[in-house]
Amino acid sequence: MTPLQGCLLVSALLFAIGLAGAVTRRNAILALVGIELMLNAANLNFIAFWRYGPNPEALSGMMVVIFSIAIAAAEAAVGLALIIAIYRHYRTVNLDEINNLKG
Amino acid sequence: MSWIAQNLWLIPVLPLAASGVIAVNKQRQRKLAATLTIGSMVLAFLLSLCAFSATLLHHGDYGVFREVAGFDWIKFGGQWLQLGWVLDPLTAIMLVMVSFVSLLIFIFSVGYMAHDENFLRFFCFMSLFAAAMLGVVIANSLLLFFICWELVGLTSYLLIGFWYHKPSAAAAAKKAFITTRIGDLGLLLGMVWLYAKTGTLTFYEGGNGCLEIPTLAKAFPFEGFGFVALTGIALLIFVGAMGKSGQVPLHVWLPDAMEGPTPVSALIHAATMVAAGVFLVARVFPLMKPDWNAIYGGPHTFVSMAPMDATVVITWVGAITAVFAATIAVAQTDIKRILAYSTVSQLGYMMLGLGVGGVAVGMFHLITHAFFKALLFLGSGSVIHGCHEEQDIRKMGGLRRFMPVTFATYAIGMLALSGFPLFFSGFWSKDEILHSAHGWPVSHIPFYLGCAGALLTAFYMTRQVALVFFGQYRGSGRESAHDSSHAVPDKKSEPTHVGCYKEKGVPHESPAVMTVPLVILAVFAILLGFIGTPAWPWFDGFLNGEPAVFNFTKLTESGTLGLMLASAVIVFAGLGFGWWLYGKRQRKTAEEPDVLSVAQSTVFWLLENKYFVDEFYEATIIRFNAWAARACDFLDRWIWGGAVFLVAWVTIGLSRLYRFTDDFVVNLGFDTGCETLREGGGEISSWHTGRVQTYLRIIGVALVVLVLFLIWGRKA
Repeated sequence: MTPLQGCLLVSALLFAIGLAGAVTRRNAILALVGIELMLNAANLNFIAFWRYGPNPEALSGMMVVIFSIAIAAAEAAVGLALIIAIYRHYRTVNLDEINNLKG
Repeated sequence: MSWIAQNLWLIPVLPLAASGVIAVNKQRQRKLAATLTIGSMVLAFLLSLCAFSATLLHHGDYGVFREVAGFDWIKFGGQWLQLGWVLDPLTAIMLVMVSFVSLLIFIFSVGYMAHDENFLRFFCFMSLFAAAMLGVVIANSLLLFFICWELVGLTSYLLIGFWYHKPSAAAAAKKAFITTRIGDLGLLLGMVWLYAKTGTLTFYEGGNGCLEIPTLAKAFPFEGFGFVALTGIALLIFVGAMGKSGQVPLHVWLPDAMEGPTPVSALIHAATMVAAGVFLVARVFPLMKPDWNAIYGGPHTFVSMAPMDATVVITWVGAITAVFAATIAVAQTDIKRILAYSTVSQLGYMMLGLGVGGVAVGMFHLITHAFFKALLFLGSGSVIHGCHEEQDIRKMGGLRRFMPVTFATYAIGMLALSGFPLFFSGFWSKDEILHSAHGWPVSHIPFYLGCAGALLTAFYMTRQVALVFFGQYRGSGRESAHDSSHAVPDKKSEPTHVGCYKEKGVPHESPAVMTVPLVILAVFAILLGFIGTPAWPWFDGFLNGEPAVFNFTKLTESGTLGLMLASAVIVFAGLGFGWWLYGKRQRKTAEEPDVLSVAQSTVFWLLENKYFVDEFYEATIIRFNAWAARACDFLDRWIWGGAVFLVAWVTIGLSRLYRFTDDFVVNLGFDTGCETLREGGGEISSWHTGRVQTYLRIIGVALVVLVLFLIWGRKA
């Protein structure tokens, strides 16, 4: 088992856990946490492919991941703001009760 | 070009403007209407005098004085239609006559119509008539002539039917209009034919007019039998003249036209309008009797052998009309109807004069007749007015004592009409006609017919005067002051003004506004004869552009003298016979039968009923017309109407079919489609739960499926 395969397995595991959290949790904040996990799984993949790729000296993977983390931070801020707005409107963060997106 | 020839259009336009102004005024403005009508007529008369004096100044120059003016009216194709006016002796003399007689009759009408509530309408129509008639007179194009001619016909219709609440007046108006229309159709056809041949309707245009030799020579070449076409055109135009001038067989409307007010009868149906037909023939005389030698350049055996022109027909029609109408006049009892038949008869004389003697002969009788016939009609109007709207001469009598002025003037008119020798105009003009007829190369019969007509004229006029003015008054006023017979439902039967005779029912003399025109007309009825005597044929020379020479010996030439003596004998015979039958032994009551009717009951019965011409027309033309109308009605109702209905039903059936397909095929399919779409949309929208996590779950599953698919696809 090469180090790349180990990294990819970890990241797949991380993604699966994040997905399961995002799908199953009723609380909107926990769903958001799950989404963050999935993002980090992706970041881990970037790093792994860069580190064990053909050109590890170029720092390109590191650059992408730093951007990705910044975007994730912004996204988390937007997501939390949305959750607060939804909470103010519905007085709940239970995702089963928030189903007004249907047509 | 003289000033007056340029501005000749003013003469008809003045009365036209007066008529227009009157038409927009209120019924109360009587004074304004009378002033405008008479004022415009005075101006027109003065202008006519200017025109007349202009022609007089040139009288004696070489040829006929003639000035034309005009303007382009309508363009069709590449050609302008021209309207214009002409000043020549014929126009000038007619202008003076028409405007002068109209003026006098307008003045008379002010008195006669004073109590009619439609005073304004009357003067409006009269002005319009005068305008149209003056337009006819000055027209230099057959088109303008025709326009004014029809306007004249229209005003005649309006004025005959002036008292339209009387059914007889309304019927007479229609009859006049329709009968003259028949003649006008001939005129229109002749006009169109003439235009087709010559390409112009202008009379005189410096050699290019349709009456001038160069045009005629070009348009009617001998080789193409042009003379036949020319005669045909002339005859068609003459048909128009026949209708307007009441020649047999289109004379039936004129006696009925007496339903109108008496001034109308005097102006339109005696003096001017009916003379328009004669004037038309005189105006287009170069077509009626073309100068074949000038047109075909030298004597042509064929043409000069036979009288190849329309004057033959004109002569015969005129001669027959002259006698025919005179015989009917003998048996009539209505004072105006006698004069009406007399007018028809005199118009026949004019036509006869035109046919045998040319323009001057016919026109001379037209002018003299206009004056004395207007005088007689106005006199009869005065009589009718004085006798409280009584028109039956059997119920008059002895009016000589009641209305001296009317009697004196009427007697002058009667003597002029009868042709009393030497001192009255009618003698000279009629004598000239008879003289020409005697010299007519084709036949002598028109001459004998003319003589017979003259005898009859003297006879019936004596009968009328004897019955009206002599003997005892036989009207109802004599027996009872309550006058039962005046219960005619007519507003005008009220005694209209207080005369010398206070007692109701007794005749009275008319006011000065009516008698003064009578006196003036009487003066002219005498004097006018002297401008056309054989000794001094000024009128003849004036119209033909030759200087008149005074030559007294011409009077005593054997032919002239003999004829004059003969016609004098005829007149005296007629006068004496009439006096012997009607004057000497007066009828006592109004109901007594006529002397002639006792002696010759069948003939009198025939004459009394006007030869049954009306009945004949009723049985033939009118019945045929009614039959044709019924046939047209049937055609219209069942054949054309049926076709229209068929088309309509087919259309309705087709649209029903369309509606059915629309309702049950197109709409149904569309509705079903919509329903299905809506149901499908509902179905799909139910998948849309709104739960974010469900969506996410689906995305996850889809992702897994996608990955599996990619892997599986890579392997394959």
